[in-house]
Amino acid sequence: MAERPDYAAFPDARGHFGAYGGRFVSETLMAALNELEETYLQLRDDPVFRADFDQDMADYVGRPSPLYLAERWSDKIGGARIWLKREDLNHTGSHKVNNTIGQALLAKHMGKPRVIAETGAGQHGVATATVAARLGLKCQVYMGAEDVERQKLNVFRMRLLGAEVIPVTSGSATLKDAMNEAMRDWVTNVDDTFYIIGTVAGPHPYPMLVRDFHRIIGLEAREQFMSRHEGRLPDALVACVGGGSNAIGLFHPFLNDDGVAMYGVEAGGDGLETGRHAAPLAAGRPGVLHGNRTYLMEDQDGQIIPTHSVSAGLDYPGVGPEHAWLKDMGRVQYVSVTDKEVLVAFHELTRTEGIMPALETAHAVAYAGKLAKTMSRDQHIIINLSGRGDKDIHTVAAMEGPKHPS
Amino acid sequence: MSRIATCFAALAEQGRKALIPFVTAGDPVPSVTVPLMHAMVEAGVDVIELGMPFSDPMADGPVIQLACERSLAGGTTLLRVLEMVTEFRRDNDHTPVVLMGYLNPVEAMGYEVFAERAAKAGVDGVLLVDLPPEEAESLAPLFDQHGLDRVFLLAPTTTEARMQIIAAAGTGYLYYVSLKGVTGSGALNVDEVAAKVETIRKHAKLPIGVGFGIKDAASARAISRVADGVVVGSALVQRIADHADEPEKIPAQVSQLLAEMRAAMDESE
Repeated sequence: MAERPDYAAFPDARGHFGAYGGRFVSETLMAALNELEETYLQLRDDPVFRADFDQDMADYVGRPSPLYLAERWSDKIGGARIWLKREDLNHTGSHKVNNTIGQALLAKHMGKPRVIAETGAGQHGVATATVAARLGLKCQVYMGAEDVERQKLNVFRMRLLGAEVIPVTSGSATLKDAMNEAMRDWVTNVDDTFYIIGTVAGPHPYPMLVRDFHRIIGLEAREQFMSRHEGRLPDALVACVGGGSNAIGLFHPFLNDDGVAMYGVEAGGDGLETGRHAAPLAAGRPGVLHGNRTYLMEDQDGQIIPTHSVSAGLDYPGVGPEHAWLKDMGRVQYVSVTDKEVLVAFHELTRTEGIMPALETAHAVAYAGKLAKTMSRDQHIIINLSGRGDKDIHTVAAMEGPKHPS
Repeated sequence: MSRIATCFAALAEQGRKALIPFVTAGDPVPSVTVPLMHAMVEAGVDVIELGMPFSDPMADGPVIQLACERSLAGGTTLLRVLEMVTEFRRDNDHTPVVLMGYLNPVEAMGYEVFAERAAKAGVDGVLLVDLPPEEAESLAPLFDQHGLDRVFLLAPTTTEARMQIIAAAGTGYLYYVSLKGVTGSGALNVDEVAAKVETIRKHAKLPIGVGFGIKDAASARAISRVADGVVVGSALVQRIADHADEPEKIPAQVSQLLAEMRAAMDESE
């Protein structure tokens, strides 16, 4: 293999991560994307903009989020020590708010009075509605009709925050269709509207700027871990991957550290062999959707196929282009766990640590548990505990029936 | 000279404008498409834009989204679309056919295979909605090699600097999207379109077709006064949707609207 690249140097000037990424949109949006890119490149090194962002991270989000040693769970597994990067403790209950604050600051700077977003599990929608309320921006959130049904709590939260939730019934009525609809809205209202994309996908510069706003996760975790281990780095990082925003946020500041292994955990659904899953990196192939080239779940004719996952937030047929590239480079291992394994992990962490993870996050928990068993007691894993599980209580109850889990 | 260039040159000589219908191939069933194409030629169209159905048509409004869904449900694949063009060419050697759609099905087939098969089928040009010139670098030489014109979009938001890039990258004709929005939406502002087309002409020698928001004879006539071609899509596709249960009536229904547009466009001032 060729010498390892400087991972911090990507994407290139045209938004490409190797063969992936780019800007595949209709002409109407090209000017808006150019403007967004110019604004962002100008502001990202601007001391005032950075100070505003940092202050919001501290005072509004509650950062830094703790790095917590899950001692009892680690002992029970009997392998590597497992640390949880507690993004679930952020304001709004997940990592998503890091990005919505960053993009809302951009929207404000660009003078856009209206923001739109797509959402799957509703975490990004809630985080967008939250910052919109705070900044006095009009907010509309597109959400697949099926997800509106299975994430009622978050729909109600968004409405309480003053956002309008628009159910999307086209196609499969899930996250990808919500994204189609948000793109259609943006193309129509491009003059006064800022599209706050919720993950590291979409046309350039979104994968880059969303990643940059989430890098704070990895930067903090790195410093927190090293300060407690005399400058030593962790052995492995684990995060769930739908679009991949929480994963890239944790991974990115460690990519040039060769000794740190990384695992992105996709939604295995009913099992990869059944075809009912949402694991494009494990079982898909490269294609173009939603403005970027990346791995996709598609049939042999290039039509996007329905995905399945117990977690609405991972139920997406694509993945951020940087992950596609990191897979091809062999820098990150992409694996999957099934819905069943996810539910077991959800209960296990809740019962041993008193921490209830979101079903998305429970994918990372499930894989980290398996990984820890294969490692020794003097090794360390950091999981990105990207979100809390309150929103999923109804889903878990519906799947398991009213009986109390034993 | 390509079929497209020949077509526009002949029209210019006659002082007429191109009428360019868009329909989604295989909508609502595959058997309709070729008879429909012939019927549209009968009704006086000059170039046919044939939609390649895609599961996630992000730039389209509900009318064309549903057309894609009907077409895919009927089993239409990109390969089948190319077969339709082959079949059309058996009885028509002069009407240019432009395939219009999204990049992913083309990627799935492979750029080289697609370009070769499209040319062999008798396709004249390709318009990929989500492929701006900046990302078309590997596809462009293959299209050249197989004699396929590269039709690109221009929009109300396109800057003059980008007009130059697009004018340099495109061949055949340019497609000006008349409004900010998805297909089938909004109201047309002819004065704004006229002004923008004038600006585009400063940077481009290619003929300019205008689409989005043209739904009847009056709007077709108005646009024909300011552009070289009039593209009509959703209004036709809506007629197809209205007769999805009786597809044998579709060619006549669609042709009727096109004939009205043709007549209005050809009226002298």
